[in-house]
Amino acid sequence: MAAPPFQALIDEHRRSVLAFLRSLVGPADADDCLQETFLAALRAYPPRETSNLRGWIFKIAHNKALDHHRARTRAPHPVGDGGQLDGAGAAAAPAWLGGRSGGTGGREGAIWSAVADLPEGQRAAVLLRFAVDLRYREIGAALDISEEAARRRVSDALQALRSRIATGKES
Amino acid sequence: METRIESEVRRALGGAAAISAGSEEGETLASWLAERAGGEGLLDIAYAAVDTPLGVATVAATDRGLIRVMLPNEDRDRSLERLAREVSPRILEAPGQVDAPRRELDEYFAGRRRAFDLGLDLRLVHAAFYRQVLEALRKVRFGETLTYGEIAARAGNPRAHRAAGTAVGTNPLPIVVPCHRVVRAGGELGNYGGGPEMKRFLLELEGALPLS
Repeated sequence: MAAPPFQALIDEHRRSVLAFLRSLVGPADADDCLQETFLAALRAYPPRETSNLRGWIFKIAHNKALDHHRARTRAPHPVGDGGQLDGAGAAAAPAWLGGRSGGTGGREGAIWSAVADLPEGQRAAVLLRFAVDLRYREIGAALDISEEAARRRVSDALQALRSRIATGKES
Repeated sequence: METRIESEVRRALGGAAAISAGSEEGETLASWLAERAGGEGLLDIAYAAVDTPLGVATVAATDRGLIRVMLPNEDRDRSLERLAREVSPRILEAPGQVDAPRRELDEYFAGRRRAFDLGLDLRLVHAAFYRQVLEALRKVRFGETLTYGEIAARAGNPRAHRAAGTAVGTNPLPIVVPCHRVVRAGGELGNYGGGPEMKRFLLELEGALPLS
């Protein structure tokens, strides 16, 4: 398959990449991450393998979100911010995600905060699967794991979500 | 079968995609990218729409010059895909990078321009003779018409009127390389990639045909 015009990639994926980034880094920083994502994509375009461009662009977006969190973690923390300083692994329980329930509340808010509490890899997989509707093959490409591993990761995450929500742990 | 938790999570998170941006933000992203990409030499083809009296055309340019003029009746997406295949897929909608051809076409359609002053990128034209035909065509003046045989002769091979016809018919830069000025020997207008209506319009605009 020949690589389509880059503009077509923007037109097709911009919205869902933005939605994914918003859920990972928050609405305030998502636009910057979106620009960085597509600039990095253009620099690498076309990739050698063009049969899964959706997975490819989400992989770049995910990396940009991780970069963003790392940069934040490195930045000086105000006193009292502690609790989550075990390096890049903690990369990213974005505080804003937990507080997201503001508009939604109830069950939906509980789900969002439970998603925010997931380990990074599971959170990304769940968002790719349910917030932007990627297929497992695409999730695998985005997270650099196999399709099977992507399937397992989503199912593990669902199990974790089920128990968290059931026990009423709404952070 | 979808489990209960799965459908609940889908319902809760699915709303995220709904808070998506409007199409203007897409243009902002593309033009921001075009600017950054231009500075880094990442952008190979820029394109943008141009209004004409017969609909929206599109111009596309490389760093060498104008590479395509797509007339309103042309399938733009397909033509851009072809450019992606044959030249480069690093293609962005970037009106700022194709200012000159857009302005000159505006002026032409407004009756304020009789010749184009644009660099051309003829790399989509592979056969040497086809290029010679297009080079000869560029010298055909506003309002002048000629036959396929005549353009073949001007390109250096009077007997190659059929090849000249193909070269004219596959011209990637209509209007700017004025293939509409080539008409049949019998006085009929002949074919035109942009459609017969467009050809008639252009010849009337140039005063080569009485207004219909």
